[in-house]
Amino acid sequence: MALKDITLGQYFPGNSVVHRLDPRTKLICVVLYIVALFLASWFITYAVMFGVLAGAIALSKVPPKSILRGLKPILFIVVFTALLNIFYTPGTTVLAQVWIFTVTLEGLWRAFFMVIRIMMLISGTFLLTYTTSPILLTDGLESLLGPLKKVRVPVHELAMMMSIALRFIPTLIEETDKIMSAQRARGADFESGNLIQRAKALLPLLVPLFISAFRRADELATAMECRCYHGGEGRTRLRQLKYQARDYMTLFLFLATTIGVGVLGHFGL
Amino acid sequence: MQPIIETKQLTHIYSAGTPFQHTALDSVDFCAYPGEYLGIIGHTGSGKSTLIQHLNALLKPTSGQVLFQDMDIWSDPKLTRKTRFQVGLVFQYPEYQLFEETVYKDISFGPKNMGLDEKEIDRRVRAAAYFVGLRDDHLEKSPFELSGGQKRRVAIAGVIAMEPKVLILDEPTAGLDPEGVESILGNIREYHQAHNATIILVSHSMEEVARSVDRLVAVNDGVIPFQGPPCEVFQYGDALEKMGLGVPQLTRVFHRLKAMGVDIDPSVYTLDQAKAIILRALNRSPRLDGLCGERTKESPECSSPPAEQGTERAASAEKEAD
Amino acid sequence: MGTIIKTEDLRFSYPAVEGVTPVVLDGVDLEIEEGSFVAVLGHNGCGKSTLAKHMNAILLPSGGAVYVDGIDTADEDKLLDIRRTVGMVFQNPDNQIVANVVEEDVAFAPENLGIPPAEIRQRVDDALKAVNMYDHREHAPHLLSGGQKQRVAIAGVIAMQPRCIVLDEPTAMLDPIGRKDVLRTIKALNRERGVTVVLITHHMDEAAQADRLIVMAKGKVVADGAPKAVFSQVEELRKVGLTVPQTTQLLWELRQEGYDVPLDALSDEECAQALYELLR
Repeated sequence: MALKDITLGQYFPGNSVVHRLDPRTKLICVVLYIVALFLASWFITYAVMFGVLAGAIALSKVPPKSILRGLKPILFIVVFTALLNIFYTPGTTVLAQVWIFTVTLEGLWRAFFMVIRIMMLISGTFLLTYTTSPILLTDGLESLLGPLKKVRVPVHELAMMMSIALRFIPTLIEETDKIMSAQRARGADFESGNLIQRAKALLPLLVPLFISAFRRADELATAMECRCYHGGEGRTRLRQLKYQARDYMTLFLFLATTIGVGVLGHFGL
Repeated sequence: MQPIIETKQLTHIYSAGTPFQHTALDSVDFCAYPGEYLGIIGHTGSGKSTLIQHLNALLKPTSGQVLFQDMDIWSDPKLTRKTRFQVGLVFQYPEYQLFEETVYKDISFGPKNMGLDEKEIDRRVRAAAYFVGLRDDHLEKSPFELSGGQKRRVAIAGVIAMEPKVLILDEPTAGLDPEGVESILGNIREYHQAHNATIILVSHSMEEVARSVDRLVAVNDGVIPFQGPPCEVFQYGDALEKMGLGVPQLTRVFHRLKAMGVDIDPSVYTLDQAKAIILRALNRSPRLDGLCGERTKESPECSSPPAEQGTERAASAEKEAD
Repeated sequence: MGTIIKTEDLRFSYPAVEGVTPVVLDGVDLEIEEGSFVAVLGHNGCGKSTLAKHMNAILLPSGGAVYVDGIDTADEDKLLDIRRTVGMVFQNPDNQIVANVVEEDVAFAPENLGIPPAEIRQRVDDALKAVNMYDHREHAPHLLSGGQKQRVAIAGVIAMQPRCIVLDEPTAMLDPIGRKDVLRTIKALNRERGVTVVLITHHMDEAAQADRLIVMAKGKVVADGAPKAVFSQVEELRKVGLTVPQTTQLLWELRQEGYDVPLDALSDEECAQALYELLR
């Protein structure tokens, strides 16, 4: 697999309702959604949560396949968590016992819900990054964290750093691919050998990569200065963040769902 | 003569089976002969980069074969690795791949990976540095202290030090000023002559390939629409223009002259040819013979020998070797 | 029209290393007229990029002075005024695009200047149309070709509505198609919008298209005039490591043989015409 095939919170441009929501709304909703996921406890509450997720995905018009593909890299974590839960959940209904491992019915249920929870959690956050351009996302974060400026947290600078990092990830991945090919053409071997040999083989890759990253940073800083960048002070934005009626509605819906799931979950439903 | 490197029905498809599927090369038959100086032209995305990365086994064909000295380079992993050393590839902007503390160490990276002994490595590093015009006192410097042009020489030396039989250079003069271009092209020519190596020069500049190569291969949309000696290829001016390439400036001028009714051979592509042809016309010679006809009687395709110059040079080098 | 950029005995050197002070600019006196298209030609290390960086106060002179629209670039309080008057485009398009979406990137400069959002929208659309990239406004920059990226970078500068654009080897990393597109864009900006253009390059054919050509060598201006006049000084250019277009070269060689041909026939047509008259 080529490095450039990795999707890392890629943005899918679109014009759906979900795309058009204010990024702050989406950020708050994702937080509420995550809280609700942790309050859910049994089929009914999970079903509600699944309904919310499925509804959001349908409205966003992001192909469900791309969301499933995004889940692939975390498969290992999911399996690992599932195993941990199966073997380490104490319970009364013992189903099987192998050596020091005990599998209980409670453990199985717990693992089942844990897997669903993780997958839904990841899908939900993916949906956020799929439907929100990284710039809007950082804008949203900057705006939501705005009050922290009063306690001297450099919110604007952090947001700027984040969006530049996002901008340069694909460029640097491409560059890594190129340097790897070039060093392989000179007989470098990145695939075989033991751990130390492999780490050593990375040196011809990392040195030029770092040097190039610094060069890029330097040139970018000059280019930004040329375009009159002078920090966050007095800066306006092309897109003004403004809550619309749909934002209030969405926020209300999510808040209500979270409270509802919390109550239902409390009763073990 | 047998080609030194050859592709047979080479096809390469990127991201096969995904919505991003893209056929970069489509059943390409390409060949290069020992001692030949070959030019590959094509715009960005034409498939030329994919092609050259197959020649030294950096990319594996989706289908088809790559043969080096008549052996399929993917038939045996040892052969695959050997091919990387025998077919040297200098990437675009190679100066951004330098990594060692000293120029000497950087140039020796390839030879070391080949498993040569210290003495041989030393000989090769010095020979390669000499070829690209680096002085001895440069060798102990950090490559990052050098100027852009010098860094590029170091990077090229790093590939030359493997003493490849085929040397492929992807846009070796990109971003250099005229002086830099001249000296790099001169270095390549010297390596070509001294080692009787096959040179494959990939370039956007028609003027540059026109005065360097024996034969030109045009790549467009993953296929080779035409190939042959420069004078022949430049006759496809309109097609080249459509491929985003064009022809050398003097070729354009001579075509214009012909269109103005002057009885002159328009297959001119270097300054010397242009000058010679004008001077001959001024001496009122009755009819000008085509340069193309003088240079090559038949157009070399993959199955026939390369342009005469290359053959002669190869033959004379063989004699010397005896 | 007035002068937009003026340098007076401009000198620049980097801090001394091991007792040697590398002099990059050695007394440059220039006046760039507003609305003109000026090319600066020279080999690598001749000081042309350093000169460019003085034109919008990225670098400040070690000696002499630079005035942008009458303002001394050393005046720190006027820094933003200087930078919005003279915009700058660099060689590597990848390293000057800030944002993840084309139009967001073009909006970067007006945002920094505190322009109201509605006007930013207008400026962005206008700038993208000027470089013929409006249809790509919602694309991710890293998926564009080199020439397209460079045009986005130019749009990013135009959105500032500068009166002058300095381009530092903008086509050096592009393929022929990209080069053509970028050059066409630059020329259109100059002709149609009256933007002053300073094009730093080492491509003869690009320099030939300017109104005025300045040749630099070793930190000094060695030739300055209309491209035709400058290129006919074949020998002087060779001395400073530059070549001339093939057309001029051919005519020059014929002249050396004793034939009376004009040296200032730069374009294909002019050269063909000159040869036609010679052969007739």
